[in-house]
Amino acid sequence: MLWTKKDLLGLEYLTSEEIGLILETAESFKEVSTREIKKVPALRGKTAVNLFYEPSTRTRVSFEVAAKRLSADVINIATETSSVRKGETLIDTGKNIQALKADIIIMRHNCSGAANMLARALDISVINAGDGWHEHPTQALLDIFTLKEKLGKIRDLNVAIVGDIAHSRVARSNIWGLVKLGANVTVCAPEMLLPVEIEKTGVKTSSNIDEVLKNSDAVNVLRMQFERDEDAAFPEQLDYYKRFGITEERLAKAKKDIVVMHPGPINRGIEMSSEVADGKNSVILEQVTNGIAVRMAVLFLVSQARESRE
Amino acid sequence: MSILIKNGRLIDPANKIDALLDILVEDNKISQVAKDIKARADNIIDATNKIIAPGVVDMHVHLRQPGREDKETVATATAAAARGGVTTVLAMPNTNPAIDCTESIELLKGIINKSAKVNVLVCGTITKARLGKELSEIAALKKNGARALSDDGCSVDNDDLMLEAFQKAKQSGILTICHCEDKKLSGKGVINLGFNSTRLGLRGILNESEYKRVARDIELAEKAGAAIHIAHVSCRESVEIIAKAKKKGIKVTCETAPHYFALTEDALLGYDTNMKMNPPLRSQEDLTVIKQGLKDGTIDAIASDHAPHTENEKDIEFERAEFGVVGLETELAVSITELIDSELLDWTKLFEKLAFNPSTILGIDRGSLSVGGVADIVIISGEKEWLVKKNELVSKSKNSAFLGRTLKGVVDYTICNGKLVYKK
Repeated sequence: MLWTKKDLLGLEYLTSEEIGLILETAESFKEVSTREIKKVPALRGKTAVNLFYEPSTRTRVSFEVAAKRLSADVINIATETSSVRKGETLIDTGKNIQALKADIIIMRHNCSGAANMLARALDISVINAGDGWHEHPTQALLDIFTLKEKLGKIRDLNVAIVGDIAHSRVARSNIWGLVKLGANVTVCAPEMLLPVEIEKTGVKTSSNIDEVLKNSDAVNVLRMQFERDEDAAFPEQLDYYKRFGITEERLAKAKKDIVVMHPGPINRGIEMSSEVADGKNSVILEQVTNGIAVRMAVLFLVSQARESRE
Repeated sequence: MSILIKNGRLIDPANKIDALLDILVEDNKISQVAKDIKARADNIIDATNKIIAPGVVDMHVHLRQPGREDKETVATATAAAARGGVTTVLAMPNTNPAIDCTESIELLKGIINKSAKVNVLVCGTITKARLGKELSEIAALKKNGARALSDDGCSVDNDDLMLEAFQKAKQSGILTICHCEDKKLSGKGVINLGFNSTRLGLRGILNESEYKRVARDIELAEKAGAAIHIAHVSCRESVEIIAKAKKKGIKVTCETAPHYFALTEDALLGYDTNMKMNPPLRSQEDLTVIKQGLKDGTIDAIASDHAPHTENEKDIEFERAEFGVVGLETELAVSITELIDSELLDWTKLFEKLAFNPSTILGIDRGSLSVGGVADIVIISGEKEWLVKKNELVSKSKNSAFLGRTLKGVVDYTICNGKLVYKK
């Protein structure tokens, strides 16, 4: 199968075959990071621009490392110091970057749909590095990649996603990806943090973490962002930890080899205990490593699609 | 100046006419409606295979002047109206300054006298600057020609103040038009609450934020014995509440906008800001009830809620973009496409909603083709299709929800006050 999309905006818009292709491509790129000279010339002469409207270290650095391992040139635009501050619109900023003959924009934005809008307005590739509450496709892809690496498959796995589902782009992307690949997904959160009609994506919902953990092959624990939505009702932090925090006591009652994931950065003692974060079931640092391979695959595929189009 | 329109199919809900008849316009009046009129005229229009109907009376239009001439002016909006077959508009008062006192209404009337191409009626605000704190000069507004009152864009939250407004409106004999929205419930919502708001990661707006306010406003109007008109009805519960009130004999009328019977929330899946309006596009279920309400008469009128915004305000991140769409140039064609084609309404019923009923609600002598009446006439090729193109829109703003859509019904001529104001 051939990748034909110039952009990666979300997993909702991909077929299971397209997701499979990214995962396969990532597998072949993973080895590059183990070489003594961690570089291949796949994107030599290409320019990738990191355009981040929200503070982010890990995603931005992960994309930068991925692009550099493919020999692309990387430019970071910090929106706090650019003309964005002077009121330039997103589309104008994008068109200026395109006029610089950059090839790929990697964008993080606090508004849902910002990447969709930018991709429509530009000919160059747009990779969504997280938009509002909407999607964070590369995070979900690296979660799925890690899961597949650990458990050998995705189909028929029981996967739990725990935390603030309503405001989480990581949750949405994971849901679309996992459901398309045939996993049984349960989202687990306090009632107030479950978005309306989420069942229509094909997931089950629950507010009982112990019940959910019993049957889960993997649990993806979301970062609680108490600061994100000032209007929404949030549970008390301590109360949340008591009801939903992933602790060793809870894990003791779960499947022995349950895979514990977290997109980071972790709030230790809020969504999971330190013992669990650093424990034998945790794959959190492997996720970070795999993030490089997955992002290399995405950068590579969208560039290929654009080249074959031109 | 005389115009003779021959061989067309004449639709006139006021006189219950749907027949092949000629119509003669002399000076600004309709002087004769009959078969095969043999009079001399300065201008003879052959309307063979065309529909001749009363010009559309659109009771919900934002002209943006004074104050936001970058979005629209009286001149550009009324040119757009003429192109859309609209001969009368009611100008919403959320301008800058707001139309809340004698000075501002005089200012607007001056602009209208200078630049309007079709009839423009003025709506005053309910409260000063639409802040919901203090009533406007209601009696003075009425005296100076305001046809209705509305804080459109806002609802008056305070029950006592709203009741007082209805009482004052009743004393002055003026209609109150209610924008029904409880902003405590709609909050920062940008689209309808449901699966789509969940998948798009956007804040949702409940039907409740609309219909609860519809129920409250009807209750207060009833208490005051005042006439009430509900603007832009978008959801099923509102239709049900209004139907019940009508059955009870309460003096309530309402309108919906073409986008609420032509589009659903699914139009938002690509984050198209031209699909962003308030109230938001609702579910298929709501759309079905809106259509049923048009058919059974619960919904009296179709009005565009023409809301021009510049590209700078629309071509940006979805949640930051302004609410609202232009509609003067498409409302007639969208109505024909969605309602006539599906046989939900016949032509007579359609022009009841588009011309006759809004005239009756506003108490104006328009919206009919009665002999002796003012000649506001639209001539349409009812079967002809056209593509809505951005660069062909006459309105200063291009934020139409129907760009790229093929619609049925081409306006060939618009006659307003006996003068030809648009010819295709």
